[in-house]
Amino acid sequence: MHGVFDIVGPVMIGPSSSHTAGAVRLGLMARKILGEPAVRAEINLHGSFARTYRGHGTDKALIAGILGFSPDDERIRDALKLARQQGMDYSFQPVNLEDAHPNTAVIYLVGVTGRIARVRGASVGGGNIRITNIDGYEVELTGQYPALITIHRDRPGVITQVTQILSRYEVNIAFMRVSRQNRGETAMMIMELDDQPAEEVVEECREVYEVENAFSIPAI
Amino acid sequence: MIRFNTLKELTAMAEEKDLPVHEIVIAREVHDSQHDRETVLAGMEENWRVMQAAIERGIRNTERSVSGMTGGDARRLYGFREEGYLGRPALSAASYAVGISEVNAVMGRIVACPTAGSCGIVPAALYAAKEIKKVSDAQIIRALFTAAGIGMVIDQNASIAGAAGGCQAECGTAAGMAAGALVELAGGTPDMVGNACALAIKNLLGLVCDPVAGLVEVPCVKRNGFAVVEAMLAADMTMAGIRSAIPVDEVIDAMNRIGKALPKSLRETSEGGLATTRTARAIEKRVYPEQSKR
Repeated sequence: MHGVFDIVGPVMIGPSSSHTAGAVRLGLMARKILGEPAVRAEINLHGSFARTYRGHGTDKALIAGILGFSPDDERIRDALKLARQQGMDYSFQPVNLEDAHPNTAVIYLVGVTGRIARVRGASVGGGNIRITNIDGYEVELTGQYPALITIHRDRPGVITQVTQILSRYEVNIAFMRVSRQNRGETAMMIMELDDQPAEEVVEECREVYEVENAFSIPAI
Repeated sequence: MIRFNTLKELTAMAEEKDLPVHEIVIAREVHDSQHDRETVLAGMEENWRVMQAAIERGIRNTERSVSGMTGGDARRLYGFREEGYLGRPALSAASYAVGISEVNAVMGRIVACPTAGSCGIVPAALYAAKEIKKVSDAQIIRALFTAAGIGMVIDQNASIAGAAGGCQAECGTAAGMAAGALVELAGGTPDMVGNACALAIKNLLGLVCDPVAGLVEVPCVKRNGFAVVEAMLAADMTMAGIRSAIPVDEVIDAMNRIGKALPKSLRETSEGGLATTRTARAIEKRVYPEQSKR
């Protein structure tokens, strides 16, 4: 059973929990995955997002999230203007994706140092979201838990080394998923954790020989 | 550990312990969230603060929504509250509910209760109670837990999403939550809280979700006004001693079965009902000119 504040709550900016509040959270997750402020955002919208995004302010909501606003921030309605003032370019394009949730967005971001991130996710109702793809890797992230993500070479033993570090710092893994594009090449591991890992935990994971990069995403 | 899965269980537990319904809901939330009672109460106090701010903004609102379909009606109704058939209490409540929904439509700050589309009903009822029954903010904050408990049970046993159950799941649930909270504030017993909820929901069973242009505006904004008046009537009927012939949990079960039987076109897809009227199509064309082929 849901809790009291799932029924009376959340405090949010209207008009729609799925098309506005959920969209802010999708933008926010994309921004956290990029790990730095964005200078460019190209966003593809599918299904109901594509049809009704203007009337629901889904465009403003996504950009607000990318700017780092939370779903109850009253600046959401001015997000497009604020983005332009901050020198962030953005564009929206309706697309037709196969087998996608009706409220799906694909967000391509370029950061201030040139980092890029491509994040696909859906607003699945009541302001809840599901991130399904990051940079070509199939994932499943809700943003309800802090997450630790590693990009590593697909070799035996890497997972053990990373989870041993977590175990040493007494960080408990709630959910976990590993995916790869091709055998023996690059893989991605996503661990949703009960507590936000300290920066030294992430540092240590990064020092594992086969790990190319490790980063954490706070719960949103 | 406090567990309830039906309104009968919730209200019977309150009757048995000689406590108001909200105390049972608060105790459960304290246990499940592992926050202390003060934190839980403070969370609801913040919700109530946001709700009141939305009402005050709503009854003065002249701004039109992005689509241009709604805006300014709460102000009209509020100005008319001394003149109508229903009288000041009901017309005030209706204008509050419409006002909150208008604030929602202009991308203002609201509390989903249980959803954004039905966010006006519960706060409007409680704000009216504050004026009519002279109840305190502290009492209202507690009554919001009673409303939440009702919503939790409906969410568990039916649905609170228009896409799953139609508008009965959103505005119907909100009216049930509001009616129960009003009865508690009027001094009704826990059993009467459940009865008011049953009366309110029964009258909204089968309500479809067919929003024009897919937006949370038509018929949603005005429907919030209708639903709060209905919730007040359900509370008054209950306090007058009227019993629902069907127990509340069976009403919720009926709502669940009706929701499943509703065609997809009437569950928030805007593929039927009001959304496919000639006028709605014309509005849609105006709001989304680039998709006029649809």
